[in-house]
Amino acid sequence: MDNQAAIELLYKMADDDLIIGHRNSEWTGVGPILEEDISFSSMAQDKIGHSWGLYKILHQLGESEPDLVAFTRNAEQFHNCQMVEFPIGEYDFSLIRHFLFDYADYHRFEMLENSSLTGLAQLARKIKGEIKYHILHARTWMKNLGNSTDEAKERLQRSLDTLYPMALGIFEKSPYEDQLISDGVFGGEEALQTRWLDSIMEVLRLTDLNHTLDSAASPLIGGRMGKHTDHLQPLLDEMSEVVRTDPTAEW
Amino acid sequence: MYGGGNVFEPMKVKELADEDPILLKEFQDRIDRGEKIEPTDWMPELYRKQLIRMIEQHAHSEIIGALPEGTWITRAPGFKRKMALMAKVQDEVGHAQLLYSAAETLGKPREAMIDDLINGRSKYSNIFNYPAFTWADSCFISWLVDAGAIVNQLANAKGSYGPYVRALDRICKEESFHLKYGHDCVASLAAGTPSQRKWMQEAIDRWWAPMMMFFGPSDKISVHSEILIKWKVKMASNDAMRQQFLDMYVPKIWELGFTIPDPLLRKNEEEDKWEITEPDWDEFKRVINGDGPCNKERLAVRRIAEERGKWVREAINRKSEKYMVPLA
Repeated sequence: MDNQAAIELLYKMADDDLIIGHRNSEWTGVGPILEEDISFSSMAQDKIGHSWGLYKILHQLGESEPDLVAFTRNAEQFHNCQMVEFPIGEYDFSLIRHFLFDYADYHRFEMLENSSLTGLAQLARKIKGEIKYHILHARTWMKNLGNSTDEAKERLQRSLDTLYPMALGIFEKSPYEDQLISDGVFGGEEALQTRWLDSIMEVLRLTDLNHTLDSAASPLIGGRMGKHTDHLQPLLDEMSEVVRTDPTAEW
Repeated sequence: MYGGGNVFEPMKVKELADEDPILLKEFQDRIDRGEKIEPTDWMPELYRKQLIRMIEQHAHSEIIGALPEGTWITRAPGFKRKMALMAKVQDEVGHAQLLYSAAETLGKPREAMIDDLINGRSKYSNIFNYPAFTWADSCFISWLVDAGAIVNQLANAKGSYGPYVRALDRICKEESFHLKYGHDCVASLAAGTPSQRKWMQEAIDRWWAPMMMFFGPSDKISVHSEILIKWKVKMASNDAMRQQFLDMYVPKIWELGFTIPDPLLRKNEEEDKWEITEPDWDEFKRVINGDGPCNKERLAVRRIAEERGKWVREAINRKSEKYMVPLA
């Protein structure tokens, strides 16, 4: 099997988890209620832990050490979808992003449980058990806020309309798509998107939000190929601020 | 973290004179026997007031204290530190949640407490009004400010109010991990490159004076607190806690090869007592009354978080549900 295909897949997954984990950690200390502060922090820790696990597999496949890979690359070397790099915004933006991203993340790891890449399959089984709680959290809050005050519903709707095309960028295909499928590494972005759409529609139906998603929306793509918004490089500069003073030092 | 150096309200003896002397004596007897006071038990109003104030300040210190350390989560060097710091600061916010619940058992809702915080009617630990400029500053907080808080909290955990001491028991267990994390961070810098050592030394130089003030004004000038000691609300004097901290941590700081910026610091072996330069209590008063380097910023961040989160709290607040005071 050509490792390049698996490496590309692992990078985009690891980068997604690292960046969204980093963003969600920014809610620490400033959440709308203490309980949400704590929840976002928990999920952020899981996500960053997941990225760490994925970078470790990459390291086994010959890539550099996780700390070097995560903390010293520039934006154009990152393969995350663009949705995860946007600032946290208001809570409705972060909640909808978490909702849309985590259902995709959950189904991705679910599909990877039977991957022919055994290390990844093992990790996927462990990670899926954790993301189960992330989607439970998203679903609970979507249901609660999506049936509450007019202001909450308007905010969620606006963020959903903004984020839906961004979320479609999660499924931007890799050049190795066919190979990943035929080698049994991963079932492919199209299959993932179908599962994802079923799940998010099921949750949206529990709310007063508009259930018809814009089928003509053009996906925000490019992230998988290293094309990013202006938000990513400053995030990376901040993340590496201490490490870059001496990347070889022990911290 | 992060309780320490509580500020008590000046007490009016008159408030006690209004209480039923028989109930008051029974209350004191229970405390003397080592019993815990529970939320539904009779208690003097003054006891209730001082406890609310103390627990509330402690809770505020946890959420405000999460800010200077929290800013280093996004900059923490490497996966190991990033994960640990996130978990640690999350613990602190969790402590705030526990403590607000403990204070709520005395009848003051969380929203009212947070309201008092952002409107400056309620205090929090003074040390968080100082800035955390570098990664080494965050390491100082994780190790030594937490260490100071543990000294304070272990003492208070032997107090008389059930819900507070149970919360503190749990908090102290988590804090002991923070201490290990903080020490590990500082030890890594100590064993690191010359610049890493220099950063850590500079952090110690910056934070030492606020750290000495952390335990509150010297017993010589602090408000008379005899009744609070009798009621087991205040469990150790400010000076006793400061001495205990010095005893435990000065040797450890020296062991790592760092110096402490106090020319008078020495252990008087005859009296078994640390001698230190008297902290600048005028600065302490100035800072606790709002004029420190970061007071405005800290409260502004908190206020903005409250304002931005208002619609969420309104949306989940079901009018039909009655406000329930936590039981314990």
